[in-house]
Amino acid sequence: MSKILIRGAKVLGGEAQDVLIDGEIIAETGTGLSAEGAQVIEAGGQVLLPGLVDLHTHLREPGREDSETVLTGTRAAASGGYTAVFAMANTFPVADTAGVVEQVYRLGKEAGYCDVQPIGAVTVGLEGKKLAELGAMHDSAAGVTVFSDDGKCVDDAVIMRRALEYVKAFGGVIAQHAQEPRLTEGAQMNEGVVSAELGLGGWPAVAEESIIARDVLLAEHVGSRVHICHLSTAGSVEIVRWAKSRGIDVTAEVTPHHLLLTDELVRSYNPVYKVNPPLRTERDVMALREALADGTIDIVATDHAPHPHEDKDCEWAAAAMGMVGLETALSVVQQTMVETGLLDWAGVADRMSVTPARIGGAKGHGRPVSAGEPANLTLVDPAYRGVVNPADFASRSRNTPYEGRELPGRVTHTFLRGRATLVDGKLA
Amino acid sequence: MMRHLISAADLTRDDAVLILDTAEEMARVADRPIKKLPTLRGRTICNLFFEDSTRTRISFEAAEKRLSADVINFAAKGSSVSKGESLKDTAQTLEAMGVDAVVIRHSASGAPYRLATSGWIDAPVINAGDGTHQHPTQALLDAFTMRRRLVGRDAGLGQDLSGKRITLVGDVLHSRVARSNVDLLHTLGAEVTLVAPPTLVPVGVEHWPCEVSYDLDGVLPKSDAVMMLRVQRERMNAAFFPTEREYSRRYGLDGLRMAKMPDHAIVMHPGPMVRGMEITAEVADSDRCTVVEQVANGVSIRMAVLYLLLGGSEPAATNARTEEN
Ligand SMILES: [Zn+2]
Repeated sequence: MSKILIRGAKVLGGEAQDVLIDGEIIAETGTGLSAEGAQVIEAGGQVLLPGLVDLHTHLREPGREDSETVLTGTRAAASGGYTAVFAMANTFPVADTAGVVEQVYRLGKEAGYCDVQPIGAVTVGLEGKKLAELGAMHDSAAGVTVFSDDGKCVDDAVIMRRALEYVKAFGGVIAQHAQEPRLTEGAQMNEGVVSAELGLGGWPAVAEESIIARDVLLAEHVGSRVHICHLSTAGSVEIVRWAKSRGIDVTAEVTPHHLLLTDELVRSYNPVYKVNPPLRTERDVMALREALADGTIDIVATDHAPHPHEDKDCEWAAAAMGMVGLETALSVVQQTMVETGLLDWAGVADRMSVTPARIGGAKGHGRPVSAGEPANLTLVDPAYRGVVNPADFASRSRNTPYEGRELPGRVTHTFLRGRATLVDGKLA
Repeated sequence: MMRHLISAADLTRDDAVLILDTAEEMARVADRPIKKLPTLRGRTICNLFFEDSTRTRISFEAAEKRLSADVINFAAKGSSVSKGESLKDTAQTLEAMGVDAVVIRHSASGAPYRLATSGWIDAPVINAGDGTHQHPTQALLDAFTMRRRLVGRDAGLGQDLSGKRITLVGDVLHSRVARSNVDLLHTLGAEVTLVAPPTLVPVGVEHWPCEVSYDLDGVLPKSDAVMMLRVQRERMNAAFFPTEREYSRRYGLDGLRMAKMPDHAIVMHPGPMVRGMEITAEVADSDRCTVVEQVANGVSIRMAVLYLLLGGSEPAATNARTEEN
């Protein structure tokens, strides 16, 4: 059956209406649409959004298939309401050649749960020394436009300048993991009151802020576009706000966990809270929420970072950094942004679909929910309340900071070009 | 009493005074011809050392043996941090062997806390030093030494350190001894001042219950005890201070500086001392310096902690004496 009628959905949180999908596109929207020949989904007032787009996902394949594969990662994405994810380059081998990005791209197509757009490394082997073949990756079947050494900072100012300049030739963007390496040697958590007490190595806010300040100035100087990954401090917000007011072409993302969790949780020494950049303070969290609301921070990106159990079930210092996030992102955004009144659902659609698709150049994603558009859609039940149980995750890894926590909202259906990848909360 | 001893911050004033009083009882055992109590006979205690520390290990071992416990020494080779799973694996092995308590030393801050709270093991956990976090028995033995010297051996029983002014000097940033002492001394009513170059004071210290000064000479006349912390020479290479000489000039304790302290004031050091840089031989060998007493007191404190965590509520020594008959 190629026709699907979604009946009575609040499109972008507005008035309830019907949406008719025919094949890969949205055929019609309105009230009282005919169900003839169509499979009917009673939305019952649930919120319909354009399919979510994650600009920052770690799929781990190739190389760490014990953590995640393109298949399991995209199943997790579909569960979380995503129809496109950008796969970070820090795999083994590193995605720094046309061959590797094409492999990831092809695996995404085969899996079929959401579009996988590979991100290419900025430098060979993420080593920060020599530019990777950015043009070849762009010209490959994968059509890479976003480049990042994420996990590591492009800390050499000259390399960063050249990368920013070079990708202008094909409309690329450099996504920077802002972390001054010398200031964060031995860093285990946010540097501040809690680190002083716990005796864990500090990751100072200035290590992030100084790189962002440098990079927006570089972007201005060479007239390029820069994107800041997982911005985490109040000071970073101020720098980005200043840069935008000056007309610099900068965009920025925040993760769901930096919108909700603080470094107070590290008192448990439970490595599930170990992440890079680290969880910051309440003051930072509030500044990030406001910046996301007023558009200083453009998007929410998950930084979904799966790790096997044994990499977290150990002492803090030995544990891997990162959290899974695809399956809980929308719930965390609902709790921190919608239920606080900072964003409405149209705002959520903008921050989690429209703008990430624009920054990354994901064609067919982040489009209006209207006739003639590709049927990439997510249906969410905001009234739902449930306790997070990692055993339910589609991701191969379970390293969630939300285990046992009640979060609102649940994605019930996801459609990728008219085909349901998630039905009633179950993967299709 | 609590079930584990992970942090000096977990001790209430009454817990801490009970430990100090019990340690006085234990100290009397050391004066006997046979320095042994049957208190922990049949109990097995493992000293789990992931980081070398002969001094601390021997001190715990002496305490365990004086209480008649069976002792297993486990020294993990190499860096445990590079092989994250070893802590959990080792813990479960010990659990399977029926160990009654684990004394753990680890280079990672929080490792003892993880061991005590992760469900890997049931036995009480005693922190013998973790990373740059805590070393609670060190703080207790320091407080014990101060109480004996500044309040009195018998007069001190039941007392805390109210009103005593204690100065800690040196590498506070990397010091678990400093963290533990600030917590415990505050709990015991003392006024604590930290003195160090600003590079060796942690960001966030303003939330600690103590004062911070960069001027040692200004603080000395107001100190009842001055505790010198260990400064590792490597810190110089990491630009925490320019040269050893300069450190010594500004933060070292020599005879001239010691003369600025009140007559009754004592000089302490957790050992091992770096003579010349942080403390001169003249000070280290003076009778105001308590380094040797601190070592002896360490055994009494560790006996008290083991007894209270593993034993019972009855007085340790009297109970023991009846058993001896
Ligand atoms: Zn990342």
